[in-house]
Amino acid sequence: MATATAQPAKDEALLELQRRMLRQMLLVRRFEEKAAEAYALGKIGGFCHLYIGQEAVAAGSLAVLRDDDYVICSYREHGQALVRGVPANAVMAELFGKATGCSRGKGGSMHLFDAGRRFMGGHGIVGGHIPLAAGLGFAIKYRGGDQICLCYFGEAAVNIGAFHEALNMASVWKLPIIFCCENNRYGMGTAFERVAAVTDVVEHACSYDMAAELVNGMDVMAVYGATERAAERARKTGHPTLLEVRTYRFMGHSMSDPLHGVYRTKEEVEEQKKRDPISLLVLKLKEEGALDDAALAALDAEVRAVVEAAVQFADQSPDPDLSELTSHVLVE
Amino acid sequence: MPTLTYRDALNQALREEMQRDPSVFLMGEEVGVYQGAYKVSRGLLEEFGPMRVVDTPIAELGFAGVGVGAAMAGLRPVVEFMTWNFAVLALDQIVNSAAKILYESGGQVPIPIVFRGPNGAALQLAAQHSQAWESWLAHIPGLKVVAPATPADAKGLLKAAIRDDNPVIVLEGEMLYNTKGDVPEGEHVVPIGKADVKRAGTDVTLVCHSKTVVPALKAAEQLQEQGVSAEVVDLRSLRPMDEETLVASVAKTNRCVVAEEGWPHCGIGAQVVDIIQREAFDSLDAPVLRVTQADVPMPYNRQLERAAKPSPEKIVAAARRVCYLD
Repeated sequence: MATATAQPAKDEALLELQRRMLRQMLLVRRFEEKAAEAYALGKIGGFCHLYIGQEAVAAGSLAVLRDDDYVICSYREHGQALVRGVPANAVMAELFGKATGCSRGKGGSMHLFDAGRRFMGGHGIVGGHIPLAAGLGFAIKYRGGDQICLCYFGEAAVNIGAFHEALNMASVWKLPIIFCCENNRYGMGTAFERVAAVTDVVEHACSYDMAAELVNGMDVMAVYGATERAAERARKTGHPTLLEVRTYRFMGHSMSDPLHGVYRTKEEVEEQKKRDPISLLVLKLKEEGALDDAALAALDAEVRAVVEAAVQFADQSPDPDLSELTSHVLVE
Repeated sequence: MPTLTYRDALNQALREEMQRDPSVFLMGEEVGVYQGAYKVSRGLLEEFGPMRVVDTPIAELGFAGVGVGAAMAGLRPVVEFMTWNFAVLALDQIVNSAAKILYESGGQVPIPIVFRGPNGAALQLAAQHSQAWESWLAHIPGLKVVAPATPADAKGLLKAAIRDDNPVIVLEGEMLYNTKGDVPEGEHVVPIGKADVKRAGTDVTLVCHSKTVVPALKAAEQLQEQGVSAEVVDLRSLRPMDEETLVASVAKTNRCVVAEEGWPHCGIGAQVVDIIQREAFDSLDAPVLRVTQADVPMPYNRQLERAAKPSPEKIVAAARRVCYLD
């Protein structure tokens, strides 16, 4: 009898988790759409790499983490920051370069930080932050904790030495890290198969005697499940895991790059959009009777309001004071 | 006061700081089982164990990054490079991570890390193993750079570096490791950013740091015999640089020679000359001259190598010229 009553509760918890992740994915999607608008209006400068199409990776993986775990990312990290709980206001204000931004307007789109949430930054050199993840994992082990470090990078980073050096040390020293490779198939405008001898990123794990899993990055529950297994391995045994999460970027590499053209066709992008992770999750929840059009509309309206408020907040926030130019170069 | 080698003074600083603060650890190639390529870490593995004295693979970029990551989490790593020549592979982590994370995080994430190891030429190690990197490193905002010349300064500056909440580069010298000097016991911390007048004089200021302090002091002796009183200013800290001591010395001597191991173009000496022309222009009785490594990759041949390096004779010749004796 106990099983019979426990089952619906578990199902309900699972549905609740999925609805929560749907909200996060929608928030990221609407946020990025607004960021693109603001960029076009000149409110956001420099490089701005959008996450549209990849939302299931951040939502599915970060749902597994505890507050005391570490997160570290590449420069395509708006989604991870939002899902980790960095307020949309602070993220948008950072994109706008404002004093109220999560890095006081000094980092910008590529360098979002929130040390309190153990969100240890976006980093701008491809693959350069992967050894930093190993260092965060090292610190956890040094102190004897059971936290983990979740590190995101794109498939193009796999071709750089830092990836290999970090994976080797993480495995030799048994560091509690999840190396989450978001394989969106293109490093800027170069298809991975044109520049990588081994195109299944998971296979690199063999070189470092590391557990690995190939994951459908358009299925948020698949990402969640794989991350959960990797997190358990890290917490219980200290061993790292390499996840290759196959996803797709619906936008150009950055706001200044074309969506398609010389390196991929419009048809390919349209075909991939049929696998939109948000649409897939909505469909699944509807089939399970856990979501209807009205609830979806309400959810969408709610996140749109959050994003709209974030844009207003960022717009109205002050620039950093000129004295900020020379502060934080060194700890005084 | 006990007499120690430069190597043992560094070892003492490491041991004392690791005893004082459990968040301090040492990592690098050969630092543990092998006891250090230059034996700076002798005995530390036995005392502190493998979690705090970490032998790394030959992967400078990777383990420098591991150090920075550990510092992001609040540990205080001391990363040893077998030499700074190999640290060039780690420059991405030093320049793009260690030096910038505090700033780009708006002050949220300090990086209390030390990168240390021997810098500059030893003997006949040829072009790739004989380079002085200080002007590269001192160029970067977000770093501090020190280059001790004596055992006492080696101990005191390494302790200061470990206690500093910023990334600090400690440039040692392979040819200095065996040199001996008096070293204060226990708590001896040399503040970063303070030069030291290693010899007082009145006629010409010889500015130097690290290994060039040795030929500069020899040059001062030779000059004394020639009736010229030279003041030897050891910069000790290259970033920040002690402008006050430099300017005070030149105000007294009115003449200056800057010696360094690095190449002439955009070298440390160029920065010293900038300070002096800006802050002590009216004191100068002659243009400032520089003695540097020849502007070539270091040759292997002993004669050619000697010709390439700064020497007491070259410093004496430059000093005589600024005194208009030649």
